[in-house]
Amino acid sequence: MVIIPDFQQLNERIASCSKDDVNQALQAEHPGIQGLAALLSPVASDMLPELARRSAEITARRFGRTIQLYAPVYLSSYCSNKCAYCGFSAENKIERRVLTMAEAEREMDILQERGFNHVLLVSGEAPSKLGVDYLEELARRTRDRFASITIEVQPLSTEEYTRLFQAGITGVAIYQETYERRVYDQVHLSGKKCDYDFRLESPARVAQAGMREVGIGALLGLADWRCEGLALGLHLAWLRKSFWRTGLTVSFPRLRPAEGDFQPLAVASEKDLGQLLFALRIYDHDVGLVLSTREEERFRNGMVGLGPTRYSAGSCTAPGGYTHPDFEGEQFSVGDHRSMAEVCASIQAKGHDPVRKDWDSAFQKGF
Amino acid sequence: MLKIADKTFRSRLFGGTGKFASAQVMKDALDASGSEMITVALRRVDLTNPDDDIMANLDRDKYWFLPNTSGARDAQEAIRLANLARAVGNINWLKLEVTPDPRTLLPDPIETLKATELLVKDGFIVLPYMNADPILSLRLQDVGAAAVMPLGSPIGTNQGVLTRFQVEIIIDQARVPVVVDAGLGAPSHAAAAMEMGADAVLVNTAIAVAGDPIRMARAFAQAVEAGRTAYESGLGAQDKQAAASSPEIGLDFLR
Repeated sequence: MVIIPDFQQLNERIASCSKDDVNQALQAEHPGIQGLAALLSPVASDMLPELARRSAEITARRFGRTIQLYAPVYLSSYCSNKCAYCGFSAENKIERRVLTMAEAEREMDILQERGFNHVLLVSGEAPSKLGVDYLEELARRTRDRFASITIEVQPLSTEEYTRLFQAGITGVAIYQETYERRVYDQVHLSGKKCDYDFRLESPARVAQAGMREVGIGALLGLADWRCEGLALGLHLAWLRKSFWRTGLTVSFPRLRPAEGDFQPLAVASEKDLGQLLFALRIYDHDVGLVLSTREEERFRNGMVGLGPTRYSAGSCTAPGGYTHPDFEGEQFSVGDHRSMAEVCASIQAKGHDPVRKDWDSAFQKGF
Repeated sequence: MLKIADKTFRSRLFGGTGKFASAQVMKDALDASGSEMITVALRRVDLTNPDDDIMANLDRDKYWFLPNTSGARDAQEAIRLANLARAVGNINWLKLEVTPDPRTLLPDPIETLKATELLVKDGFIVLPYMNADPILSLRLQDVGAAAVMPLGSPIGTNQGVLTRFQVEIIIDQARVPVVVDAGLGAPSHAAAAMEMGADAVLVNTAIAVAGDPIRMARAFAQAVEAGRTAYESGLGAQDKQAAASSPEIGLDFLR
């Protein structure tokens, strides 16, 4: 199992970095974990243009001038966990909804009509409302219509991930939220999600099940973002060594206003997010970096070409929200309200190709 | 002229469709490259859609399409994609890529050999992407590969022909065309591969992400031509020591 050191240790490692260390990390072909610490350091915060340039260069070489597009489909807002930061948290008084199979397909059809080929199915953790059987059936019904279908749901067992892979699910996103155990315990008040280790081990189960891709991430706003970055780097390195066949992505959800009155415990500004993203790209040339509609238009436009490889667009975070735009009960409010076409146009304006299809359902047809 | 299976090609520069800033830039760069053989990732295109951004921009009378199985992790997946290309796109040529490590995208020799054998038996014209291993090259030819495509260096790295020693052996032993693929980052790298006697090179990243992809495509075309002409003209052998143009070798001892 991956071992994440205490945040105090990580912080000492980051804080001890000098400008020379940052320069060395910028020049090295593979800066390693010590280089990542330097790139995340306060000293490097004053060298953002240098970081951005290096990150852009690596991204162009590895991924070309392209950004892949996807959209989330929220299937259910039922959740048995109490998480201090989340709009779906069990104690929040919102109208709960779980889509029927037909409603879910309708949502996916709408996305397909809008030009999406890559979709991410999202749900709160309430297996009695939405479990593996549901996801398996939905995947089997829709797999031929999409290039890839990925999921962001409760942690599952290896056997369950295998079933979903065989049903056509290509990847799984499972964010640790925070790698700082103390804060993790503080914000996960009750429910299965309280088990830090079970969650931390989930990406390994995903990979063991044969999934093509596993997405990890930290929710920025819970603990020190620099330490989260270093923890993400350690987690990535461990996954690479352990599961060399599995593609990896990192997401950077930054806390935004949600139902309830949770205020972020640690600040992460747009500049901080930029530094984190550049640092991870320089550290790991091949990892997919995802920037969702949590961030605003201005920021997302600015970041095109500097490191991210995947954008969501036209997202609605309430179950059924594509069919019924008036539906309330979102998980979080989005920061970028533009449609797929508008997002594509601004990616093109920045000299990049918005890629709508970069996978094929034929890969997994054997099952 | 280069001949692969029953097709002849004037240009010895093969192109790719990935990583371009737009379909228009891709089209213009491929035009400028003079390429006649273009590889297209099956994962990236929708062969059933006439409005597909890549396919709609490439003239199928002008270019010979070489679908590739980018993303396949094993022989079975590659074969599935090949069958898709044949069923939907009516194409039986294939650039076989089996790359189970999503990080380095290095080809799996065992699965590549297995897939080549099965696909050739099934009537495909197979051009396998392979590591620059001379014995693997021979094995692939034994099972019917129409050409072999050894890598110069890992894909997208722009490092040139780091596998020179093995590529030279592959070329020396080849019964089918040798196409140096992957890692050619500058026209000089392409010229070097052609001077070594490669029958063709495939270049994508270095053109697609260049400051001016169209001019870079032209530069690669010129380099490939120069390298080929040099090879055909017979390059002087390299030597570690200087040699006089009119050598005086003492042969007085001969009676």
